[in-house]
Amino acid sequence: MKAVSATQRHAAVPPWRDIRVLRIVGQVVVVGVVLLVGYLLWENLTGNMTRARLTFSLDFMRATAGFDISQTVIPYSTRDTYGHAFLAGLLNTLMVSAVGIVLATVLGFVTGVARLSSNWLVNRLAAGYVEIMRNTPLLVQLVLIFALLLQLPAVANSITLPGPIYLNQRGLFLPRPLAEPTFTAWVVLVVIGVVVAIVSRRISVRRREAGLPTRAIGRIGLLAMLAIPIGGWIVLSPLQFDLPVQQRFNFVGGVVLSPSFAALLFGLVIYTAAFIGEVVRGGIQAVRRGQLEAAYAIGLTPGQTLRLIVLPQALRIIVPPLTSQYLNLTKNSSLAIAVGYSDVFAVSRTMANQTGQSVAVILLVMGTYLTLSLATSLAMNVYNRRVQVLER
Amino acid sequence: MARPAIYPVVLVVLALMLAACEAETPTASPGAGESPPLVADTPPPVGDTPPPVGETPPPVGDTPPPVGDTPPPVAPGGSILAEVQSRGRLICGVNGGQPGFSFLQEGTTDWSGFDVDYCRAVSAALFGDPEAVEFRPLTTDDRGPALQTREIDVLIRNTTWTVTRDAQWGLFAPTTFYDGQGMMVRSEVGATSLEELGGATVCMQSGTTTELNLADAMNVAGHEGNYETQIFDNIDETYNTYETGACDAVTSDRSQLTARRTLMANPADHVLLDIVMSKEPLGPAVPFGDERWFNIVKWTVLVTIEAEEYGITQANVTEMRDTSEDPVVQRLLGADPEQQQGTLLGLRNDWVVDVISAVGNYGEMFERHVGPNSALGLDRGLNRLWTDGGLIYAAPYR
Repeated sequence: MKAVSATQRHAAVPPWRDIRVLRIVGQVVVVGVVLLVGYLLWENLTGNMTRARLTFSLDFMRATAGFDISQTVIPYSTRDTYGHAFLAGLLNTLMVSAVGIVLATVLGFVTGVARLSSNWLVNRLAAGYVEIMRNTPLLVQLVLIFALLLQLPAVANSITLPGPIYLNQRGLFLPRPLAEPTFTAWVVLVVIGVVVAIVSRRISVRRREAGLPTRAIGRIGLLAMLAIPIGGWIVLSPLQFDLPVQQRFNFVGGVVLSPSFAALLFGLVIYTAAFIGEVVRGGIQAVRRGQLEAAYAIGLTPGQTLRLIVLPQALRIIVPPLTSQYLNLTKNSSLAIAVGYSDVFAVSRTMANQTGQSVAVILLVMGTYLTLSLATSLAMNVYNRRVQVLER
Repeated sequence: MARPAIYPVVLVVLALMLAACEAETPTASPGAGESPPLVADTPPPVGDTPPPVGETPPPVGDTPPPVGDTPPPVAPGGSILAEVQSRGRLICGVNGGQPGFSFLQEGTTDWSGFDVDYCRAVSAALFGDPEAVEFRPLTTDDRGPALQTREIDVLIRNTTWTVTRDAQWGLFAPTTFYDGQGMMVRSEVGATSLEELGGATVCMQSGTTTELNLADAMNVAGHEGNYETQIFDNIDETYNTYETGACDAVTSDRSQLTARRTLMANPADHVLLDIVMSKEPLGPAVPFGDERWFNIVKWTVLVTIEAEEYGITQANVTEMRDTSEDPVVQRLLGADPEQQQGTLLGLRNDWVVDVISAVGNYGEMFERHVGPNSALGLDRGLNRLWTDGGLIYAAPYR
């Protein structure tokens, strides 16, 4: 009986007043609108492209590129395809972003901690750095850094450092290590050294817990870790060096850190590190004062307090905005062309220009940056889940 | 660019969405908006179909009529000629950073140069006024898309005519300047050919035929892969980097190298190698889709050449029109009422008089901006009239 009356009461509510029906209708309408707008934009694009007599195609990716890319991670020549050129540009972007993220994180954490330092000079310096970097455009900084690097001496008057390392306006030329056949053997020795060190550490921890002396064991571990690889190095000489040699126009050989790459990397790092510094400062200041007082009360040093008490708690506040800064750094690397570095965007612009496929290439570049950003976010979300406090 | 039909549709859709949202929360704000009759004490009989949400009249006040009633939009693509005429001024894509071709005179707002004068010539042809031009400086990378999207009416930006660009960017009018790719090095290097440039670093601009030609030329010279490139999107950055010494050489069209050398701190320190790596026919280009517009730009170029061939100059053009007995000159200057070539093109019959009195003939423009007596000091070379053994040739005006 009760069930019947319930259905009767339900039937009495007309569908246009039934909140469940209305919710579904509302959602259907919203999805419909999104699809319609998307369809209209697509129609507009294809209509306009037809009118401009443009076709939409990525077939050119298999054609020969014919243009040069200044520095590449993978071998590239003008006889390679557009697809290969795009890949070379992408790897350049990945390289500058990856190195940039690591360096910006280190510098950012140092800055964030320095801003909270009780040393007046240190915290004023950090504040000045953050405010200058945050409040000037990155493009201006890049162009300025590049212009400064070009003021280094010409090739003929290079600054020579021990190594030999040469510094001039064409870049920093370092010896390139070349692996000898004995290199693998030496790596094995290093692994052995590390294993011995880990084992001795374990033993020493166990002995300490048992209240036994640990000094000798600790020394053995340290000795093994240092002596085995060093001895192996002397005996096996696993590396040779390809030294840069000055030729008619430039140094040849070795590893080159070009001014373009250096300007882009340096600019991205100091710019992003200023933001990361603020993120870190915010995270640390969000840790309650009582935590610090308790840490000092049990006799932890400031360093230990930072490492063991503050950072683990601050990290869960720091990580999400830190992810945004990593994404910013990667996307800002598309300013590379301003300093003559061939990143994926610079290469794509040339591709679009040579082939006339602007829309296709721009969509491809957007897809590429989207993929990079989502991948970074994913990795950072996994890390974020690890540093979050487990709610019970 | 966007089709006007879209906006009413989007508005109607938004209106529907608004109506739907209001209907969703009938209790939140009683009596608000144009919700269908939902007053609690008068429930419609069960089973009676209520007006579907979708049919609610849009609550937006002055919504344009629904899609069906919208008049059909202007013919797709439209006429560039009609657009320029109704706008009353020409939008001309130029380089902006190249003395002699298109350059903003220091300390003034006056554009000057060979390409700039061709923009003015087109403006004079259309309006009888050489100053009805809006100059739009474009980078090498931006010029193609600017043509494709019709951001500009005509591109006169020392642009090389190639088959890909003809197929992808727009239609190329006759070449106004026959050029070739060259290479500039510091004189202290002492190089005279590409063979001596193995291992060198070369500065250049992105989005140019230059990038492609250098690779070919260096391969032929036996230096495949044995050179570095430094590529910028900005013309000033390109030449400044070369000038600081970070590049051993800079490559571009010979006319551009010559022009930029005049801007360097010490022009005598830089030498243009006596080589030509490629053919670079530079000329105006117009967007696809309006052949009449293309004709006007094409014939503006051709009449300046024709005028030089027949000795019509800026100084004597009106006199020639009034006194010349030569039927060719009479036709060209619209002095013969029986001949209506100007009207056929969609212009005034004496439009050539306006063009020549505004900018002069081809030879005068060349002399004024790039010739031996100008700062660039370029020889006419291939750009002599066909009658003097050059390549400058105009189809007959008849």
